[in-house]
Amino acid sequence: MTPAKGKTAATEEKSKAKAKASPEKPRAAAKGATKRPAGKSSAGGAKAKVKAKKTAAPRKPRKTEPKVREDFTPRIVVFACNWCSYAGADTAGISRIQYSPHFRIIRVMCSGRVHPAFVLRAFELGADGVLVSGCHFGDCHYIFGNERAVEQFEKTKALLKILGLEEGRIRLEWISAAEGVKFGRVIDEFVEQVRALGPSTLAPPGRELPREAEAFADAAALAK
Amino acid sequence: MDKTATVDERALKDANAFLCLECGKCTSTCVVARYNRSYSPRRLISQALAGGRLPTSQELSICLTCMACDARCPSGVRFVDLIRELRRATYGAEFAGNCSHGGAMQSLMKLMTAAELNQDRLAWVTDDLKTADEGDVAFFVGCAPYFDAFFTELEVDTLAGVKGAVKVINALGIAPVVLPDERCCGHDLLWGGDVEHFEILARRNVELLRAKGVKTVVFNCPECYYTFKADYADVVGALPFEVKHLSEFLAERAGELNFVDDEGEKVTFQDPCRLARFAGVVEPPREVLTAAGVELAEMPRSGKGAVCCAGNGWLNCDRFSKEVQLERLREARATGATTLVTACPKCEIHFRCAMKDPNLGDEIKMEIRDLASTVASRLENKKAKPKGKETEE
Ligand code: SF4
Ligand code: SF4
Ligand code: FES
Repeated sequence: MTPAKGKTAATEEKSKAKAKASPEKPRAAAKGATKRPAGKSSAGGAKAKVKAKKTAAPRKPRKTEPKVREDFTPRIVVFACNWCSYAGADTAGISRIQYSPHFRIIRVMCSGRVHPAFVLRAFELGADGVLVSGCHFGDCHYIFGNERAVEQFEKTKALLKILGLEEGRIRLEWISAAEGVKFGRVIDEFVEQVRALGPSTLAPPGRELPREAEAFADAAALAK
Repeated sequence: MDKTATVDERALKDANAFLCLECGKCTSTCVVARYNRSYSPRRLISQALAGGRLPTSQELSICLTCMACDARCPSGVRFVDLIRELRRATYGAEFAGNCSHGGAMQSLMKLMTAAELNQDRLAWVTDDLKTADEGDVAFFVGCAPYFDAFFTELEVDTLAGVKGAVKVINALGIAPVVLPDERCCGHDLLWGGDVEHFEILARRNVELLRAKGVKTVVFNCPECYYTFKADYADVVGALPFEVKHLSEFLAERAGELNFVDDEGEKVTFQDPCRLARFAGVVEPPREVLTAAGVELAEMPRSGKGAVCCAGNGWLNCDRFSKEVQLERLREARATGATTLVTACPKCEIHFRCAMKDPNLGDEIKMEIRDLASTVASRLENKKAKPKGKETEE
């Protein structure tokens, strides 16, 4: 678990400008709490503790320099399987790894459960990017669930391609429970990638983007 | 309930529900009621009239809105209108529908309301197909590109119908206009109660077609066709173009097409609800098939009496839907035809799905093909030269 990017040290250094995160955010309230316009607030929910800490500063060594719109905070939905990736996020928190807070995580029992409908619905609700993550091949708690996830993801990709959505707005990753660092890195990379793409054009017109909490509840309901 | 009471009363009135004689013809016609014993259009009407008990959300989504009941009703009750209106009135509150496929279709439709789309929906336009950027005739593709990408495990090929349609239109010497950013027609949102998004889609489509200055729009999908024909005017006013189903368009011009001479295969025709019962287009597809030289073996229930594929606008799919599909496939098989021809991509999707049943195997298997591709496959090879500007593709 080498700290590829995130380091706790970073926290103190630069918690100046960006650090608005309220580390004490109560669990319930913090569920999926990124505020779009305001930028950085804490992300959280089950992982409140995790994110609360790391949120603080944008990590130093950033490979992909944000090309556009520093002001734009991407709204990212992460589907993580219960047995690996979600636990990976916990590991990231327990290890106090610093990474971007601009995502809300939705736990599914297995990445194979992530039907194209979930991803489409996320975009419909105003997501700018969707990350699907599960166990490495051979590690899936349900044996071949992640193989199914690949099929579903390919289908999603094909649909979004026809819709004309940039391919960079979706991503599939395998993250084990031990790979907290990888979790942080993947989130960071993805956030920057989506930030560079700008806001999604797919959010339906004439319709207020749902409040964060609402969107989260909605997507969580879908995951059931 | 009080707040909606007036809505309900109006809905009942508009649907002529007060004329119901309680004869029960609707229920005995309804294919769903045959299998789902707790569902009965007659009872729903009489309960609404007598006790003010309105159909539940579940009951609202069970109805296929196939209109078979209304076609038989001796009293002119429009049960389908009642269902549609109640879905609309309770949308988002009590009524949500069960949304088959996890709601993916509904999401796709809503995503297409975006003002700025850059769709890649014309990948199927191969070199042998002539399409144009402008002209008098447009071809409305529908959601076939999405269907084929989504229903991969069913091996559907709804784009074959689209390609066939363009091929036949080309054979008439016309290169139709196709829209690179066409939207879903919104049929399923409208019938699912989501009028808000439906209206956005309607406006966008008409805007795009108006900008092209087309005079006629030809449809392969009967749902798109009927929606444009019957429901778009409520949103955008009189349409600035004429709408025609491909079968009508071809039937008018059947003399201009040259078909191969050999003996055609024996097919049977599945009338899509929106085409036959709603739009009343029963003869044109048959004329076109006959002109193309295929032998048509009718099912006992055909034309306005045809049985729905139980697709239900992606609103609900349950074991009763499956029963309906199996019943229909058995009926189709019994005609002795080798191929089931349908004019609707959704019929194809749903029958293909039912045919996947491993327990029934060959009992219900048959070829299934779109009307347009069937006709196109019978075209003589020499085609008239399409006029009009070709697109770069
Ligand atoms: S067929 Fe018509 S009149 Fe008869 S019960 Fe049904 S709705 Fe009433
Ligand atoms: S519209 Fe079709 S499914 Fe609905 S009640 Fe009438 S016959 Fe039955
Ligand atoms: S349980 Fe993690 S991918 Fe299946």
